[in-house]
Amino acid sequence: MAFKLASSPHLRVKLQTQTVMRRVIMCAVPGIAVQSYFFGFGVLVQILLAVSVALAAEAAVLALRKRAVLPTISDNSAVLTAILLAVAIPPIAPWWLVVIGTLFAIVLVKQLYGGLGQNIFNPAMAAYVMLLISFPVQMTSWSIPSVIAQNPMDLNLTLQAIFGSMSAEQLKQYKLGFDGIAMATPLDTVKTDLALGLTMTESLAKPAFADGFGVGWFWVNMAYLLGGLVMLKLKVIRWQISAAILGSLFICSSFGYLLSPDTHVGPLMQLFSGATMIGAFFIATDPVTAATSVRGRLIFGALIGVLVYVIRTFGGYPDAFAFAVLLANLCAPFIDYYVKPRTYGHRTGH
Amino acid sequence: MSDFKEVAKQGLWKNNPGLVQLLGLCPLLAVTATLTNALGLGLATMLVLIGSNILVSLVRDFVPKEIRIPVFVMIIAALVTTVQLLINAYAYGLYLSLGIFLPLIVTNCVIIGRAEAYASRNNVVKSAFDGLMMGLGFTLVLCVLGASREILGQGTLFYGADQLLGEWAKSLTIHIWQVDTSFLLAMLPPGAFIGMGLLIALKNVIDQYIANKQPKVAQEAPARARITKVN
Repeated sequence: MAFKLASSPHLRVKLQTQTVMRRVIMCAVPGIAVQSYFFGFGVLVQILLAVSVALAAEAAVLALRKRAVLPTISDNSAVLTAILLAVAIPPIAPWWLVVIGTLFAIVLVKQLYGGLGQNIFNPAMAAYVMLLISFPVQMTSWSIPSVIAQNPMDLNLTLQAIFGSMSAEQLKQYKLGFDGIAMATPLDTVKTDLALGLTMTESLAKPAFADGFGVGWFWVNMAYLLGGLVMLKLKVIRWQISAAILGSLFICSSFGYLLSPDTHVGPLMQLFSGATMIGAFFIATDPVTAATSVRGRLIFGALIGVLVYVIRTFGGYPDAFAFAVLLANLCAPFIDYYVKPRTYGHRTGH
Repeated sequence: MSDFKEVAKQGLWKNNPGLVQLLGLCPLLAVTATLTNALGLGLATMLVLIGSNILVSLVRDFVPKEIRIPVFVMIIAALVTTVQLLINAYAYGLYLSLGIFLPLIVTNCVIIGRAEAYASRNNVVKSAFDGLMMGLGFTLVLCVLGASREILGQGTLFYGADQLLGEWAKSLTIHIWQVDTSFLLAMLPPGAFIGMGLLIALKNVIDQYIANKQPKVAQEAPARARITKVN
């Protein structure tokens, strides 16, 4: 009887890319559900659109590159990228926005660099930044949370807005005034108000901030936090990046808030508004573009947290997560180069 | 005659200053937001390139090797100033829209590169032809990039052509499609970089296609390496 000889490790965790990606997607479901509760069916329509475009684009590029199409497509990474991009886009944005974004993410950012595992930048975030720079108006008009909108959009109206059968005039009418369908995100509103010379207290008195964080956004963030904690429990992600992001963002914003509470967004609102939770748990933890060692991940996360604070406070754009993640992506190889784990058996001094 | 054919081939395709030598990237990326700008800068660069190649080739026997670069630079600077004044006089609108990139032609590496690599070693006629072909190659790349960025960005072609060619050219402007919102990325520098990368990729694809189509030359079996000396 012949024994098969194999070198260690002998016990392997059979966690394949496909499984990891599927778990991440499952964990994003509560967040997506809450988001579509508050912001309408548009969220789901955008996701459907993005996923189908992403799969088609990935298949096309793989065929062009003469790679096996089916195994790569079924690793779910394109689906995840599409979902992350779609939830970052305003739910009533026109259809071509998400199509251009997804094509950019899959074809240019991911496949041109060699596909999954080779891309330098997080595809979803690179595409988001591209869209934000190219189409600032469409990218900053979010739908009004259904709980405070006077005439919330039904599915039919949403589809009309997305697929352009609603005339420009009609859309403009909806966007004007508070009974419209679109408004700036809470962080955007605060930024505009601060620039106008209002204080935080005055800004927060608006009805969009009825619960103190911006209606809807708090619960969206809570849902993504829940999904993130489940991912931690399932060991899909490690804790370092998320903890470092939230920690450094909290410390920085507390510092600013203590110095001048009237001109700074408070730490809790920083943590529970905008893209903080989905960014910290779902986007920054992308294993391809993040730093790899334990200490490296802590530095990577802390860098993102600081950048988010700096860009949100002093930058020109309402939210900062995409920019912060891309900048940190750039630093990841550098961090990995200098922060190498000690080889087992080596003394710490050397 | 085959010499000239080779020079043309080098300038337009094989050794294209924009796509292969990657020289003069700064103006290439900065002013190609519209076809008009691209064409204007391309023509200006081509004029300077031809002029500098002729002059450098004329003085090549009298300039000591040690100080040739300063001499070349002075020739180029004089020519750029001339072209700048010409454009200022006859195409003021274009002069304004090209801005700093017009005087910056003097720093364009294509020009000093051709002066050093070609004109200082060849006779006047050949040098002038090389200048023309290199300039044409550069202009073509500028125009392709400018046209694609303009179409993607604002859906027009030859917008503002009257600035370059005079009043009659207003009718040249073509509206490919009407866009409510311009695609800003194509107009901004990142769009230029991405477009440039795609153009280079396209050239490589075409080269590869041509190479594949060519009948394969049967490779001779490599001669056995000689290990010991035979005496």
